[in-house]
Amino acid sequence: MKKTLAALAAATMLMTSVPASADLIVPNLSYRTGPYAPGGIPYADGFNDYFTLLNERDGGIGGEKVVIRECETAYNTEKGVECYEATKGGGALVYNPLSTGITYQLIPKSAADGIPLYTPGYGRTSAANGKVFEWVFNYPANYWDAASVAIRYLLEENGGDLSGKKVALLYHNSAYGKEPIRTLTELSKKHGYELLEIPVDHPGQEQKSQWLQIRREKPDYVLMWGWGVMNAVAIQEAANINYPMENFIGAWWSGAEIDVAPVGMQANGYKSLAMHGTGMDYPVYDDLKKYVIDAGKASGAGDQFGSVLYSRGMYAALVISEAIRKAQEMTGKSSITAADLRNGFEELEITEARMEELGLPKFGQPFKATCADHGGPGAALIQQWDASAKKWNLLTDFIAPDDEVLVPLVLEDSQAFAKENNITERCN
Amino acid sequence: MLYREAGDFKTSYVADSQTFPIKFDRIRYYIIVAIAFGVVPFFINDYWANAVFVPFLIYAIAAIGLNILTGYCGQVSLGTGGFMAVGAYACYKLMTGMPDVPIIVHVILAGFITAGVGVLFGLPSLRIKGFYLAVATLAAQFFLVWLFNKVPWFYNYSASGQITAPERTLFGIAVTGANTPAWAKYLFCLVILFALAWLARNLTRGSVGRRWMAIRDMDIAAEIIGVNPLSAKLSAFAVSSFYIGIAGALFFSVYLGAVEVGEAFGIQKSFLVLFMIIIGGLGSIFGSFAGAAFLVLLPVFLKNFLVGQLGWATDLAAHIELMIVGGLIIFFLIVEPHGLNQLWRVAKEKLRLWPFPH
Repeated sequence: MKKTLAALAAATMLMTSVPASADLIVPNLSYRTGPYAPGGIPYADGFNDYFTLLNERDGGIGGEKVVIRECETAYNTEKGVECYEATKGGGALVYNPLSTGITYQLIPKSAADGIPLYTPGYGRTSAANGKVFEWVFNYPANYWDAASVAIRYLLEENGGDLSGKKVALLYHNSAYGKEPIRTLTELSKKHGYELLEIPVDHPGQEQKSQWLQIRREKPDYVLMWGWGVMNAVAIQEAANINYPMENFIGAWWSGAEIDVAPVGMQANGYKSLAMHGTGMDYPVYDDLKKYVIDAGKASGAGDQFGSVLYSRGMYAALVISEAIRKAQEMTGKSSITAADLRNGFEELEITEARMEELGLPKFGQPFKATCADHGGPGAALIQQWDASAKKWNLLTDFIAPDDEVLVPLVLEDSQAFAKENNITERCN
Repeated sequence: MLYREAGDFKTSYVADSQTFPIKFDRIRYYIIVAIAFGVVPFFINDYWANAVFVPFLIYAIAAIGLNILTGYCGQVSLGTGGFMAVGAYACYKLMTGMPDVPIIVHVILAGFITAGVGVLFGLPSLRIKGFYLAVATLAAQFFLVWLFNKVPWFYNYSASGQITAPERTLFGIAVTGANTPAWAKYLFCLVILFALAWLARNLTRGSVGRRWMAIRDMDIAAEIIGVNPLSAKLSAFAVSSFYIGIAGALFFSVYLGAVEVGEAFGIQKSFLVLFMIIIGGLGSIFGSFAGAAFLVLLPVFLKNFLVGQLGWATDLAAHIELMIVGGLIIFFLIVEPHGLNQLWRVAKEKLRLWPFPH
């Protein structure tokens, strides 16, 4: 007991460091350790570097410097809670934890604390319903959009008919991996394909039995909802059983260089969804190189520059910075609060012209949020890995999801949440 | 020195057999209880509650539970995570099924349900021992996690398979859910821990505990002197699972608020609690507290120190932290294989003889 108290007393002294309050504080709950670090590192680097760029090139946003407070979660929910509690004081503006599990925990907490949660392409899909989820934003696209886009793409490939086909879903056995199941089940009723659910347990390094099952069942297509080391292992296993790579489609969290590169030439032809454009042919990279990389201010080791997940972290930072700008515009002050930022998120519109101004023409889809719609249009691209050139090529333009199926599902799930938590709908 | 027995006379058997026979120990204990109940709730904030105290209190309950089984009764168990999951899911089903019942009732019922499951998985202990039993409980761990992932009824058919604790109150104050005040979380867990630790201490001092220890020390000899291995082992499994189930229920409902079984109650959790009792000291209630404190507080402390104070990169700090914690575990186990509790006991012995050690 004495030891405990001594440790506590020492920790008390350490907890009293409070940052200057005038800056814009953006916590970054990142993970650079553990089995999910391959995805966490580039995302965190892109996120930090974009804000560094704004600070260095423009002197911050609206004259206010952005201060990133990074906290290591290791993709673990207990550490995520600790990080959230440690960073939420001192004017934290927004959370972007890049973990569906942590997001589920933060949804009620952040609403109680009045801090917006921005979860692009992950988290709780039904948070797209702003009538129920006042503090959560997940535009431009979510998991159910992704599942629907993947099926639409397969429909296109098969002349509009999937009946009699067998589609396997290889998923991370967690909240993240289970998210698309509901949509895929609904869509299977509509289009007549057979859905085969194959879970892979955390962390996903052991997939022999799953691929044995795939070899036995011979599905026409395999969709994958994987993350971290699970991706590369799955692609390697697919190569081992000579599964045709062009019939193997990953979600947008299973489509980075780091997932396919270890498999080498055998990964050629592997496809994945993408929320945004890929590659370094965007003007913003010139500025990033000039102000961040060459100035020696890059986050992490600086070796992730331009990768898929780096650009996704950058995209998330971009949307947050635009929301901050919007909030500054709305309040007329440069120093904003988390509640102002929530209003900024809700009024945010990013047009193609704005993306071009920001140095990312044709990178992401334009979207406009409203009080009821926190989910955005939800379209996605399909990209394919070219192993000899070591780059991702975009195969399609943005494919819109099947809202006819998704809208009722989002309503149903969000209303169940509202009922459980006694939330009255807003925006009416 | 304060720490001496001179002048501390016992005139009755009751006085002689009390939990803290030395006056200094007794006073120290009263002071800690007074601070825990009377001072901390007034100063606690969200960070201290959610990052430090609540996890410490909950892990202490789990560690006491496992210590009863492994430390006192000698039955090695690797199923702690699975049993915690039973507690969490039982609590969730009760909370959502009977919303009007006070949360404390749900938590205790969750403990009883887990006790039942624990007895079921304890049955093999009658035939197998040691490492083989550890493997049997490992099967329980994997089976239970698989079950809660597989059967949608357990998570009320939610889209993601997560369970989320709705707001529940006790005496009109929220204890679970996002609007819970920090002090309410803390006090709720503290009261339960205090009651359970008090119960455990007295159970292990009484005839039940002596039966467990007889089984632990040599089961054949215990049977010869009239200890029934069936009742002794199964009661240890039941009591231990009851504690672990309550810890699991609190872990889900009060601490995290939303869990998915594979991540929150995986095999790592079983190992973590086992490490707590090994580092703290097998067969000791104080050791359960010390072990839980060591493994919950040290990483948080190191992180705050390395990142907050020294300004290191978060990934470097996380890696160094693993090394430091691992190194300290090895150090402690080399210096004192019987855990922090033994270290404390030796320190006490030395202090009693000071300044004339022999």
